[in-house]
Amino acid sequence: MAQLLSPGAVLPGIGITSFPFFYPFKGLRLRDAWHFHPPERYYKRTAREVGALVLLPRAVIVPRAADDDALALSARFRRGGRFPVLSYHHALSGTVLLRSSQPLTGPQKRRRAEELLRAGLAGARPGARGFIVDTRSAQAAKQARVTDAGTEAKAAYRGWKRRHRPLERGRPPQESFMCLVEACGDLEQSIDHWLSRLEGCHWLPHVKEALSTTCLAAQVVAHREGACILVHGAEGTDSTLLVTSLAQLILDPLSRTMAGIQELVERDWIQVSGHLAPALCTMPTWPSHLFLDCVWQLGRQFPLSLEFGEGLLLALFEHAYPSPFGTFLCNRRGELWGLRTRTHFLWSGLNQPKEQRRLWSPIYTPSPLAIWPSVEPWSLRLWQGDRPPHLLPWEAHYSIYKEKTELLQPSFSLWAPTLNAGSLDSG
Amino acid sequence: MEHIRTPKVENVRLVDRISSRKATLGTLYLTATHVIFVENAPDTRKETWILHSQISTIEKQATAASGCPLLIRCKNFQLLQLIIPQERDCHDVYLSLIRLARPVKYEELYCFSFNPQLDKEEREQGWMLINLREEHKRMGLPNPHWQLSDVNRDYRVCDSYPTELYVPKSATAHIIVGSSKFRSRRRFPALSYYHRDNHASICRSSQPLSGFSARCLEDEQMLQAIRKANPGSDFIYVVDTRPKLNAMANRAAGKGYENEDNYSNIKFQFIGIENIHVMRNSLQKMLEVCELKSPSMSDFLWGLENSGWLRHIKAIMDAGIFIAKAVSEEGVSVLVHCSDGWDRTAQVCSVASLLLDPHYRTLRGFMVLIEKDWISFGHKFNHRYGNLDGDPKEISPVIDQFIECVWQLMEQFPCAFEFNERFLIHIQHHIYSCQFGNFLCNSQKERQELKIQERTYSLWAHLWKNRADYMNPLFRADHSQTRGALRLPTTPCNFMYKFWSGMYNRFEKGLQPRQSVTDYLMAVKEETQQLEEEREALEERLEKIQKVQLHHTKVKSKHSEPSKHSGFSTSDNSTANTPQDYSGNMKSFPSRSPSQGDEDSALILTQDNLKSSDPDLSASSDQESGVEDLSCRSPSGGERAPSEDSGKDRDSDEAVFLTA
Repeated sequence: MAQLLSPGAVLPGIGITSFPFFYPFKGLRLRDAWHFHPPERYYKRTAREVGALVLLPRAVIVPRAADDDALALSARFRRGGRFPVLSYHHALSGTVLLRSSQPLTGPQKRRRAEELLRAGLAGARPGARGFIVDTRSAQAAKQARVTDAGTEAKAAYRGWKRRHRPLERGRPPQESFMCLVEACGDLEQSIDHWLSRLEGCHWLPHVKEALSTTCLAAQVVAHREGACILVHGAEGTDSTLLVTSLAQLILDPLSRTMAGIQELVERDWIQVSGHLAPALCTMPTWPSHLFLDCVWQLGRQFPLSLEFGEGLLLALFEHAYPSPFGTFLCNRRGELWGLRTRTHFLWSGLNQPKEQRRLWSPIYTPSPLAIWPSVEPWSLRLWQGDRPPHLLPWEAHYSIYKEKTELLQPSFSLWAPTLNAGSLDSG
Repeated sequence: MEHIRTPKVENVRLVDRISSRKATLGTLYLTATHVIFVENAPDTRKETWILHSQISTIEKQATAASGCPLLIRCKNFQLLQLIIPQERDCHDVYLSLIRLARPVKYEELYCFSFNPQLDKEEREQGWMLINLREEHKRMGLPNPHWQLSDVNRDYRVCDSYPTELYVPKSATAHIIVGSSKFRSRRRFPALSYYHRDNHASICRSSQPLSGFSARCLEDEQMLQAIRKANPGSDFIYVVDTRPKLNAMANRAAGKGYENEDNYSNIKFQFIGIENIHVMRNSLQKMLEVCELKSPSMSDFLWGLENSGWLRHIKAIMDAGIFIAKAVSEEGVSVLVHCSDGWDRTAQVCSVASLLLDPHYRTLRGFMVLIEKDWISFGHKFNHRYGNLDGDPKEISPVIDQFIECVWQLMEQFPCAFEFNERFLIHIQHHIYSCQFGNFLCNSQKERQELKIQERTYSLWAHLWKNRADYMNPLFRADHSQTRGALRLPTTPCNFMYKFWSGMYNRFEKGLQPRQSVTDYLMAVKEETQQLEEEREALEERLEKIQKVQLHHTKVKSKHSEPSKHSGFSTSDNSTANTPQDYSGNMKSFPSRSPSQGDEDSALILTQDNLKSSDPDLSASSDQESGVEDLSCRSPSGGERAPSEDSGKDRDSDEAVFLTA
C-alpha cells in the first residue's frame, strides 16, 4: 500500500496504526496542501482482491507541508501518539475536520508549536481560522494537566479558537445505558413513574449533548470556508469519534449510503477504537451505543436520507457487544481467521442478499444536502423498534448482553489498546 | 365590526419562539373573523392567519423599550408573540381581541359567515355524507334483539340524547322512561356499538341516582334487557370510568353507581379516569413544558411526567381495551357510564369501537364514529371547547384526548388506519375553529333549533373532498393486523405512550421530522398509478397497431399523446433545512451572515403549500417554514472572531452542490 502513497503521507511503524484512516470521498479534489492518494485506485484494487470491504490501509491523511519530523513531533506531544489527522474534508467549503487526542501540555503548560496544525491551517484558505472543539469542560481540561496532559494553550496556537463542549464519557454513559436497559426490561413499572425513571437513567441527555456538539462542529465545517476544525477530548477514542463520525453523517451524503456507513464505522470505530469490533471485549460499549442511537435519531428526523434502515443499526448493535460471534463463523468455515478477516466478515455477512430486506431502507432518496437535526428535547425520542411486536432494542438486547458477557472468555481480548503505542508514548 | 378598536397596526414584530432574538417586522390586521399578520419582507409577504375562535388566552406583558409585548395562545397550540411599538395600539388590540375571542351569540361565530361557494344542494349533500341510519344498518340493526325506539321523539325523555336510539327489544317505553328517571340528566342506557359477530354490545348511560340505598325496578329491568339481548352471555359488565373515590363521593349527592346486589347478573368495574378539571390542569401543565425555552432533557421529562398527561391517556386507553376485550373475546355486553355520560363515556366508547371494528379505522368510518359517539350523544362541544364565552371551568380537552389516543394507536399499528396524522390534526383544528357547523352547540336539540344544517356547512364534506391529503399510504385492509379487533400487547408497555410532538409542537416546524414518509409514499403511489395508466394506454395502442398490421391497411395511427407522467417532484427528497441553535446558552462559534437560509426555507415553503389543501389551515399555519435562523445564535458574551466572510452569501452552499 505504501508505494501507492506519496512519501510523507505514511509513516510506517510509528503509531499510525493506532489511528488508521482512509478518506472515503470518491472523486474528491483536495487542495494541494494535502497529501492525498486518490481513493478510486485503492477501492478498485481492493475490491478485486477481496471482493468486499476490507481493513483499510494503515494510512492517514496529513497536510502535505508537514514532513515526517513534524508528524513525529506532533505525535509525541499528543496522548497515545494520536496526532491530528484528517477525518473529513468538506468539499463545498474546503473545510477540514481533524481529530486527535489531547496535547501533553502538563502542569508546566508546556508549549510546543505543532507544525502539523500550523501546516494544516497554512494549507487552508488564507486568513482562515482554526477551531478546536474540546469535548471536555474547561475545568476537566485544566485538571488533565495533573496527568501530564491538558489542552491547547491559547498563546501557542495563533489563529485557533477553542471551545469546550463537555460530553460525559466513561462510567456515566455506560451506567446510563445499563440503567436504561434495566428500566426497559422492567415490565412491572407503572406509567406513573416511567418518565422519571427514564429521566433518572440520563441516557437521552447524552444523546442530546452528543448531537448538539456534533452539530456545532458540523456547522463550522459547513459554513466557515477553508477553516480547520480539530476535535479532541482526552484519549481521542470515544467522544471524539462520536463527534467526528456523526458530523460526517450530517454533512456527507455519501456516508449516509449503505457502503458509506460501513466505511465510516470501519474507519472511525473499528479501526481506531475497536468499538463495534466483535473481538474486543475489554472496551466499553457506550460510545458505539450512543453513536447508533444518535444515528437512529437522525434517521427518525430524516427518514428519506439514510440508505440503511433500522435493521442495520440493530445488527451493528448486536455486534457492538463483545461476542464470540466471530469465532463461531470462523469455525464454520473451518479456518482460523485473523482479526482482520473477522471484522471483514461482519460486513460481508451483512452484505449478503438475504439480509437486504432487513438492513436497507426502502424509501431512501439520495439528496446532496446536509441534514441538520433538531436537538430540542421534543424532537428526541427513546429508540423503540418500529417493527411489531413492540420490539424494543434495549429490551431485546438486554438478554443478549447478559448472555454474552457471561459467555465471554478473557482470551477474546485480542486486540488490546496497547497496539503499537509503545514507540510514541515514551516521547 | 363594532368590537374592532383598531383595524391595522404597523411595524409590529412577530417573535420567533425558539430563537427569541429573531423577529419579523410586519403589519397586524384585525378583521371580523381573523387576526392577520403580514410580513414586510417584499419577496415573501408571508401571512399568518389566526381565527378569533382559536384564541385561547391573550396576555399583555410589561412594556419594554422595544415596545409592548402581546402573547396570544391558541387552542390549536399555536403561540404568537407580538411586539407592538405603541402601548396604546397594544391596548386597543388587546381589548378588541378579548371581545372578539369570546363571542356571546352563536351568530357571531365564523361558520355563519363562512361561505365556501357551494350551492344549496351541495350543502345538503355535504350534511348527508355521514348518516347514522346507514351506520346502524351496517352494524346489522335493527334485528331480533335490538330495535329503534321513538321514545325520545321531540326530545321528550332526554334533551341531550338524539331522537333515534336503539334499545333492547324487551325494553318497553315504560321501562325506558322509568330508567331515565333514575339516571342523571335522564340519560338512560342506549346502544352505542353492536358487535354483529357475537351479539355483544356496548351501551352507554349516565350514573344512576342510587345514593346510598335507592333502587329502581325499571332501571334493573333495563340492564336485564341489555343482558338478554346478548344470548351468548349470562352477565354484563357495568363499567364506571370514574375513580372509585369520585363515584363514592357522588353517592352523598344522591347519585353514585350500581349496587351489584340489586342488579342481577352484572359485574361492576371501576376504571379510574380523572374528571375534566384534572384533565384541563394536566394539559395546562404539559403546554407549559412545551413553552419552555431551551429546556434540558430532564426538564422536559420531569415536566411531562408531572403533567400526568400520558398517564391520563393510558387510563382512557386501558378502559377502551378492557371493553374491547370483553366484547370481542368474552362476548359480554358492556354498559359504560361516568357521571353524566358525555365525556369519559364518549372517550371510552369510541376508543373501544375503534379497537373493535375496522370500519372505524377508515376515513369515512372515523367521521361516523365521531358523529355517533360525540356529536349525536350530546357531548358538550360548546362548553368543553369554549366556542362561546362561558364558564372556564367547563372547558376541558376531552376530545383532544380521544384524538391523541387514536394517534397513539396509529403509532402502534401503522398499517391499520386508512387516514394519517394530518387528518387528526385537521379535525382537532376544526373542533375549535367554528368554521363548520358540526361541532357547534351542546346537543342535537340545540343544533336543530339553530338550524345548523341550513345555515352552515359540514366539515365532513370538506374533509371528504380533500381525502387524498388524508390517506395513509401504509394502510392495508387485508393485513392480519388490521382485520377484526386490534390486539394490544398484554404486558404493560409504558414506552408505548409517546409525547405527540406533531400536535403540541406542530407550529414549530423546526422540531418536526423534516421529511414526511407519508407524503413520499403518497407521491410514489401516485406515480405508480400514472405509470400504470400509461402502460394501459400504450398496450391499447399496441393492440391497435397490431390489428392494423394484420389487416395490411394503410391507416396511419396518430401519434399518441405525449406521456403525462412527469416524475414526482424532488422537493420531497431534497427537503433542505438549515442548522438550528445548537449552542444553547453556551458560547458558540460565530455564525454566518444573516442572509442565509432563504433558499432552503423557500423550498420547504412551496412544499408545504403544495401539501395542504385546506385553505384556512395553510394560511394560518403551514406557511410557517419553521426553519430557524442562526444569525442571532451567538450569545452576546461569546468571543467572536471577526466575521471576515460576512460579505458572501453562504447559503448557496447547498445550491452549488445541487448544480455541481
